[in-house]
Amino acid sequence: MSVIIVLIGFSFLVAAGFLVAFLWAVRTGQFEDKHTPSIRMLFDDEDRQPAPGSEQKNQHQR
Amino acid sequence: MSLQNGAPVTEETICYHCGDPVADGGVVHAGKAFCCSGCKLVYEILHESNLCEYYNLERTPGSSPKLPDDSRYTYLDDPALVQQLLDYSDSTTSSVTLTIPQMHCSSCVWLLEKLHSLKPGIVQSRVEFLKKQIRIRFRHTLSLREVVELLSSLGYEPELSLASARMKKPVSTNRALYHRIGVAGFCFGNIMLFSFPEYLAGGSVDPGLARFFRYAILLLSLPVFFYCSAEYFRSSVAGLRRRVVNLDVPIVLGILVLFSRSLYEILSETGPGFLDSMSGLVFFLLLGRLFQAKTYESLNFERDYTSYFPLAATVRKGDAERTVPLSALQPGDRLVVRNGDIVPTDAILVKGSGSVDYSFVTGESRLDEKRSGDFIYAGGRQFGGAIELDVLKEVSESYLTQLWRESGPHERSGMDLTSISNGIAKYFTSGVLALAALAAVLWLPHDLPTGLNAITGVLIVACPCALALSTPFTFGTAMRVFGRNGLFVKAATVVEALSKISTVVFDKTGTMTQAGRSSVLYSGTPLSERERSLVASLVRNSTHPLSRALYEHLRGDGIHRVREFFEIPGEGLRGTVDGTEIRLGAAGFVDRLPGEGADPEMGLQSGRHSAVYLSIGGVGRGRFAVVNRYRDGLDRVVAGLRRKFRLMLLSGDRDSEQGHLQERFAGALELHFNQSPTDKLNVIRALQAEGESVMMVGDGLNDAGALRESDVGISVTDDIAAFSPASDAILDGRAFEKLDTFLRLSRASFTIVLVSFAISFLYNAVGLTFAIRGELSPVLAAVLMPLSSITVVFFTTTAVRYASRKVGLL
Repeated sequence: MSVIIVLIGFSFLVAAGFLVAFLWAVRTGQFEDKHTPSIRMLFDDEDRQPAPGSEQKNQHQR
Repeated sequence: MSLQNGAPVTEETICYHCGDPVADGGVVHAGKAFCCSGCKLVYEILHESNLCEYYNLERTPGSSPKLPDDSRYTYLDDPALVQQLLDYSDSTTSSVTLTIPQMHCSSCVWLLEKLHSLKPGIVQSRVEFLKKQIRIRFRHTLSLREVVELLSSLGYEPELSLASARMKKPVSTNRALYHRIGVAGFCFGNIMLFSFPEYLAGGSVDPGLARFFRYAILLLSLPVFFYCSAEYFRSSVAGLRRRVVNLDVPIVLGILVLFSRSLYEILSETGPGFLDSMSGLVFFLLLGRLFQAKTYESLNFERDYTSYFPLAATVRKGDAERTVPLSALQPGDRLVVRNGDIVPTDAILVKGSGSVDYSFVTGESRLDEKRSGDFIYAGGRQFGGAIELDVLKEVSESYLTQLWRESGPHERSGMDLTSISNGIAKYFTSGVLALAALAAVLWLPHDLPTGLNAITGVLIVACPCALALSTPFTFGTAMRVFGRNGLFVKAATVVEALSKISTVVFDKTGTMTQAGRSSVLYSGTPLSERERSLVASLVRNSTHPLSRALYEHLRGDGIHRVREFFEIPGEGLRGTVDGTEIRLGAAGFVDRLPGEGADPEMGLQSGRHSAVYLSIGGVGRGRFAVVNRYRDGLDRVVAGLRRKFRLMLLSGDRDSEQGHLQERFAGALELHFNQSPTDKLNVIRALQAEGESVMMVGDGLNDAGALRESDVGISVTDDIAAFSPASDAILDGRAFEKLDTFLRLSRASFTIVLVSFAISFLYNAVGLTFAIRGELSPVLAAVLMPLSSITVVFFTTTAVRYASRKVGLL
């Protein structure tokens, strides 16, 4: 039966790991703005030169 | 029509930058059309820095920048002010959080986070999109002013006001709450896990193992007891020190009962304790608290932005005077402030002699004499002649609003809903404690576990929060709806007062009639051009609707200096213009007319005019007939109101339009003429003595006394900054015809509050019935408690919105 105690010890450690991860996430402000990162991740990292004509497509009329 | 023909409706070129239609060709640059040079400028800046990706992410993402103005942000050179705006500053960098209302799409986010490639010196910029905020860290090679100028040159003008700087809210409390929830959740989950043997096998667990589990549970419950619920302990102890039994006391008692009982059972090895219940209780309480905080935050957000009312000021450019909205007032503008006007922003006196009353700001009524070159703070009220000021600062409307809200709290006797719900909350806690004690007496002697359930259940489930929340949320929502429709209410209690109104009293001039829409006829000895401009200079000093109508009519060229200006409410104006004494006003106030008695009607039908007599240099000259134009929809408002309210018209006019009004509103209105301001006040008092609840609608300045005395005083303004601290609400002239609807909505809100009281009572009654019978586990009670508050908040806000939609205000 003492194996249960060992197992419980391990499961407790795993859970504690998640708790620490959660506390870290809160401390670094990851729960404060949940919307902007979803926009930000769509941007390209490079400051790329606009391909010729690519801007032209946007000049639309209504 | 063109759609049916299959042809496009219009072929319109739109600006490449901001998407506005381009008028007559606009500005063409690099093969792209721009609506203005500002938009073109932004494009050029971005093109130079290789940031044209901006235009690929979204179509026409920009907003047109304001034209560059070097002096606009000079106030940002003041170190003390900068210090207030900065979040934080060290030896090399500073960081600032700015609100940018124009932020609207992903292109905005992209560009604003690329500021560092536009201007060296900016270290990093991070956007918080939903709050429309940007946090910029910059090196000290840049000043805050340069950062702000960079943003506005791109069309992203930040909203800067000291009020917003002061409002900076602490972020840390929210983080601490998240921490507590995390720890409580962790402990709760593990305690549940360790309790499984106890739940499933009952007594058949190996005793050694059982003891191990129990001590593990006890260990895990310690952080819950000492860390997670610390906030509740602190708040209730603080309350008890001030001899107040607050809402956290029952919760703390519940936690204490559960913890001490469990501690005893585990240490004495008599049972497993109730630590699973206790940690679950704390976990759900904290979750509820977070959910509540989020709900209120999202509701509050809107409130901040709608509490401003539109006010305007008179600005002089060259010889022309124009009315501009306060928000468009720029430093350097020449402001004209008349008798009784509020100085909307910090300014320097340049012309005229000021006699400024700061009672609005300091609460102390005293006139400060000001000379040319003196500094005048925002919120002062000018008495005497018109003065001209140079604007030093942009107007902070929030500051003015705040002044108005704080000035003279409208004290009322009798029980209102807020005091009722506060009173209930006070007895509520003691009642709950008594019930818990009753449960203890009934249960504990023969059934310990059920007894403990009953005690904690009663302590937790009963919650007067719902009761306390229904009033502010109902009236707060109604206030917002009013604000959106042009009625700006000082405080939520005013909405409640509105719902009890039984009599509506109107002022005539400027309230039923519309300023700026009257025509003026003159009869008497003809006036020379010079005399016209002398009279114009005199009336320019006054904010009375008739004076304003006359000023519009005369519009003399050149403004003469006015000395010894006096305005006697209900009588008229007197002043020495260029050495000539001029009097203007009621017949008895000015010097006798030459041909008195022969009073020509001037072809006016049924006398729909107010007469203003004029004398120059002690000689009566004639009279102006100001033909009043009544507001649109006046008949509809009166017809709508007369069904439910007693209506009354108080007019200061003497000759007046009695006949016309009597004919028009036969029976609907009680008409009183020749009313001096004191008479009006006495009429209101008399009505109140009869037990009527009176709403006075007036123009704020000439009726200040009556407005203050009435149960609800509403001042109607069309375009001037003559808002009076005496009024409880400001009505935009254009919204006048909705008056009836406003009153109906306030009555509906009152009913909604009563219904939500009933809901909340029902909740508590049902919850307590189950709890006292021991059928409600503490964990379930902890879930129900925040749920009841949230239902009430949800009910009140949606009900008010529904009611406003029904009456057509939304």
